Amino acid sequence: MSPTAIWTMYLFEMSRFFRSLVQSLISPVISTSLYFVVFGAAIGRSIEEMDGIPYGAFIVPGLVMLSVMTQAVSNGSFGIYFPKFMGTIYEQLSAPVSFLEIVIAYAGAASTKALLIGVIILGTSTFFVDLHIQHPAMAAAFLLLTCISFSLMGFIIGIWAESFEQLQLVPLLIITPLVFLGGSFYSISLLPGIWHTISLFNPVVYLVSGFRWSFFGTAEVPVGLSLMAIAAFTALCLVVIWRIFQTGWRIRQ
Amino acid sequence: MPIVSVQDVTKTYATGFQALKGVSLDIEEGEILALLGPNGAGKTTLISSICGITRPSSGRILVGGHDVVTDYRRARKLIGLVPQELNLEPFAPVGPAVAFSRGLFGMRRDPAKVEEVLRQLSLWDKRKNRMRELSGGMKRRVLIAKALAHEPRVLFLDEPTAGVDVELRRDMWNVVAELKKQGVTIILTTHYIEEAEAIADRIAVINGGRILLVEDKARLMAQMGRKNLSVHLREPVTELPACLDGYGLEICNEGRTLSYSYDTKSDGTGITRLLSDLHDAGLSMRDLDTRQSSLEDIFVDLVKEHA
Repeated sequence: MSPTAIWTMYLFEMSRFFRSLVQSLISPVISTSLYFVVFGAAIGRSIEEMDGIPYGAFIVPGLVMLSVMTQAVSNGSFGIYFPKFMGTIYEQLSAPVSFLEIVIAYAGAASTKALLIGVIILGTSTFFVDLHIQHPAMAAAFLLLTCISFSLMGFIIGIWAESFEQLQLVPLLIITPLVFLGGSFYSISLLPGIWHTISLFNPVVYLVSGFRWSFFGTAEVPVGLSLMAIAAFTALCLVVIWRIFQTGWRIRQ
Repeated sequence: MPIVSVQDVTKTYATGFQALKGVSLDIEEGEILALLGPNGAGKTTLISSICGITRPSSGRILVGGHDVVTDYRRARKLIGLVPQELNLEPFAPVGPAVAFSRGLFGMRRDPAKVEEVLRQLSLWDKRKNRMRELSGGMKRRVLIAKALAHEPRVLFLDEPTAGVDVELRRDMWNVVAELKKQGVTIILTTHYIEEAEAIADRIAVINGGRILLVEDKARLMAQMGRKNLSVHLREPVTELPACLDGYGLEICNEGRTLSYSYDTKSDGTGITRLLSDLHDAGLSMRDLDTRQSSLEDIFVDLVKEHA
């Protein structure tokens, strides 16, 4: 392992983030604020409490998760796809580093970016609603694990993708629907029988539920199950990446 | 011990295309080796296999005595690679991009070293520029600077002067000569014969995934070089007198020039006899000149022979 190489790649990735700071930070903040205005202030006023929590506050963990997941996937996939697309990846491939170092650096940078955005959105939400986090340590753990696992997933997508179209495809067709239907804006207990059962197959439900539990102490699925779900998802991503690493799939011919 | 040793390496791509068909090649420390071959000969695949970008299907490659697959960290530390394409991140500034390459190879930050490399390649004034603001020639220099940032002992230049103007090409050759002075071993691929002729110590010719020849440049040209004598006549001829049969003369330049090809290393070149026969045939000569066949002729002959 070469810590210098990891740090170098990590900083270079982060510098891309800071070069486009406005795009990187301001736009998620603005779009989240719009969610608060629409769902919290406008529609939310006519919605009763959800699971005993005012609706405006109820959607905060969901919104944070929504942004963190999409940001982690898009940063994670773009981060590794871009050097592949530009051809600059020859440098990483010919450097004395293993694939592991590359994953740590790129997924690490994507996680950091997603985490920063998540924290900023959380901060922004305090302008709109009163927020009290009951289990801050658990909230941090859920947030961090989500950042890492979705960045890893993004990394896999970035390795897999052979065009910008494909790069957008998985987030658009799979992740966005899962996230929107994962209870970010509603309690899945509101859904009628069969849809409620189907929702339980959506992994995002467990993440949002667990994260919401760390805020309000109420959950739709047991928090232990949420933790197991996120751990299993992270493990799955790691296994896939390890296989990619072994076979050199789509990277090293 | 050779600094790079390629031992019976083959490479078959997933498509079934066999790019390397059992290549063996030893490269000595401190030399400049030109790897010459037409497009698709296997030059880039060979370099990519040595540098870790592609995995050889079989065979073994050692760099500085380290296997490039099992001991890749030590092997790759010794190698700098300048790719054929101008692969640079368009928005990254020059200075940090060169420092990045150094860090990637696990070397501690050293702004003085980065400055030295940038100055050596006349890039110091451009250090704050973004890649997309640079000309093609400048980008090529940045790629070389990136490859040199970690102080490699072996430098691979894949078509370093492709698409580069004449002046810059000469500059590039000077850079290469300077690096050689510093003891860096240089392997360059090219299909500009002129380039190999100008700067290489040894020449390897590759075609169809096989090394056809590896030879000292001077010896190669001496061994295989043929010379050509051009006899410029006062009066043009339409056909040759019978006494000049057997010389294999060619009539060129609308009958004003006779071209005679001979082997410099054979015992008799036949020039004296030819000139005497020309005189006897009553042909009056205006001028004579001789020309050494270039590496290009040798190369074309060799590739044709094995085609």
